[in-house]
Amino acid sequence: MKVARKLFASAAALALGVGLAAGSAAAAKKEVKVVFIGPLTGGVSVNGLGGRNSADLAVRLRNADPKAKYKYEMVVLDDECKPNVGVQVATKAAADRAIIAGATHYCSAVAIGTVDTYHKFGLPVVVWGAVLPDITYGNDYKEIHRVNGTMINQNEVNAKFSTGQGFKKFAVIHDTTDYGKGHNKYFSEYLGKNGGKIVGTFGVTADQQDFNAELTQIKSLNVDAIYFGGLTPIGVRIRSQMDKLGIKAQLVGTSGIVSDAFIEGLGPLAEGVLAFREGAPVEKLPGGKFFMQKYAEAKYAESPEAYGAFAFAAMSLILDTIERVGPDRKKVTAALGKVKNVDSIVGKISFDDHGQNTVAAITKYVAQDGKWVVWEDSEYATGKRKLAGR
Amino acid sequence: MDPGLLAQFVANGLMLGMMYALVAVGFTLFFGVLDIIKFSHGDVLTVGTFAGFAVYLGLQAIGATNPWLQVVAVLLVATGAMAILGALIAKYIVMPLKSAPPLNILLVTLMLGTVLRECVRLFFPDGANPKRFPSLLPHDAVALGSFNLRLDSVLLFLGGLAVVVAIHVLINRTKLGLAIRAVAQDEETAKTMGINFTLIVLVTFALGSAAAAFAGVMNGLYYNEINFGMGLLLGVIGFSAAIVGGLGNIYGAILGGFLFAALQTIGAVALPFASAYKDVFAFAVVIAIMAWRPTGLIAEKTSARV
Repeated sequence: MKVARKLFASAAALALGVGLAAGSAAAAKKEVKVVFIGPLTGGVSVNGLGGRNSADLAVRLRNADPKAKYKYEMVVLDDECKPNVGVQVATKAAADRAIIAGATHYCSAVAIGTVDTYHKFGLPVVVWGAVLPDITYGNDYKEIHRVNGTMINQNEVNAKFSTGQGFKKFAVIHDTTDYGKGHNKYFSEYLGKNGGKIVGTFGVTADQQDFNAELTQIKSLNVDAIYFGGLTPIGVRIRSQMDKLGIKAQLVGTSGIVSDAFIEGLGPLAEGVLAFREGAPVEKLPGGKFFMQKYAEAKYAESPEAYGAFAFAAMSLILDTIERVGPDRKKVTAALGKVKNVDSIVGKISFDDHGQNTVAAITKYVAQDGKWVVWEDSEYATGKRKLAGR
Repeated sequence: MDPGLLAQFVANGLMLGMMYALVAVGFTLFFGVLDIIKFSHGDVLTVGTFAGFAVYLGLQAIGATNPWLQVVAVLLVATGAMAILGALIAKYIVMPLKSAPPLNILLVTLMLGTVLRECVRLFFPDGANPKRFPSLLPHDAVALGSFNLRLDSVLLFLGGLAVVVAIHVLINRTKLGLAIRAVAQDEETAKTMGINFTLIVLVTFALGSAAAAFAGVMNGLYYNEINFGMGLLLGVIGFSAAIVGGLGNIYGAILGGFLFAALQTIGAVALPFASAYKDVFAFAVVIAIMAWRPTGLIAEKTSARV
């Protein structure tokens, strides 16, 4: 009896010891949660899904790295490109203490609505797609950062280039969200400085279907070009209805229409449309080839779209920071504030005192043969093809 | 204002008005016959349009690419399928709740509408994104001064007009129409006269839903785009148009539809900086009209037996 009990006790102790050892071995890599928020449904979902896949790629590559200190889990939330939904999901993410940081938002209207939420809960976020300047410059919150550029530079380059191409008389169509209004403000300002004239400004709702009334008026104004400050869904409708009304003016757009969905939605009608975007095209980015290769290997169903590289860079920056200072929101916020000349696939990232990455490069695009082509590489630049009315 | 420009505005307004009118006719038929507001009407339009789109994709896949064949097939399937859906909604959801307060039916159909919309979004492949609806009608355009007249717009307008005229003829010149009008006037007496109440209700719902599907396909052909939320705004506008025109009266619905389109166009043109507020303007005028004439512009004729 005594022997049996002794045997039993030692067996139990052994089992406990093995269990503890196994447990601690499994707990060697602590699980850390990060969040990705973007428009996964709705008119701009291709950009949200591309961003989600890119951020997921960053997490996967990190988890596959044996030198990583933590095991990362990416929580994905859909903001539907609607500010009210965005605030809801932002609250959900920020209130979950297990989530340390997030890569957030493509839609400016959503991003500007959620800054207060992230600040209130102290969740450090890095914006990957929204271009409204006020998101970083409209507040003093230490939590908000952004890797992509703002619409200020975009419109400055746009105004200079468009007037340079000979377009002087403009009509402006912009959506009435903060995004469209921001574009209108900056473009109008810079166009005036470059000698152009705006003869009509039309605000439209972000889900408007029929633009015939506005376009008919624009037709009567005989403009050289129509500037469109808004996103792809209505951009497609405007271009298509321009054609129906026989309007021959040039369409000049913003980063909102630089997406494959714009070209797919219009087919041959997209030919010759101008647009501008912060940063360089993926292939020309320092880490572009690497990103495209890894993305292709991971076999995602959707393409990374225009801002996928920025989402990847944002998430990588977050993961790097967590690796360095640990999974603590305050420490990550402080560390992100000190980011200077950090390498990433989109080039060197430096956050200024408002958390904005000072990205100087603006790329000019023209839609050619069913693809967005960098202006300098296009047949329009060489004169082989002509823009509308030239 | 340059006459060509004015003509363009009028043409745009007419197209919009036709689409709103077709949706409004549905609302008015349902109300006339059963005194109910069927709020899933706009979403039935969406389902019909997507059904038509699916037919188009199917025809493309089997190689039947003649555009006229495609237009006819798309229209037939869309209207036919929605006629059946409308009848099913009537039989299983609306009729059983007939004796409930009208608010209940409004709510139930509103919820049904949401279900239909979300089903399209979730179950149609890539339903959340807008889809490019093919432009199956000929593109030829004639430029009369600054007025660009397109053949496909003319065909669509004439098609819509034909449907409206057909419904008018059906309601006013056929026995079926007589039965519908009888049921709309007095359900009890109609039943006593030997009219099959249930059948008439189902036929009315089928008719209204088919008209909505036609409007949806028209919308798709005109804008070359469909999305799962297209029925929402069209439903609200169609409903407002039906009310403003006079609920229960088909001419009222048509009038309301064109009136709303006219208001939107005037709002976009006449308000200088506020083209974004054209919907606000249009609805505000509708509210003002309702305050002035609560039962709508063409009031339902009621006579009391003394």
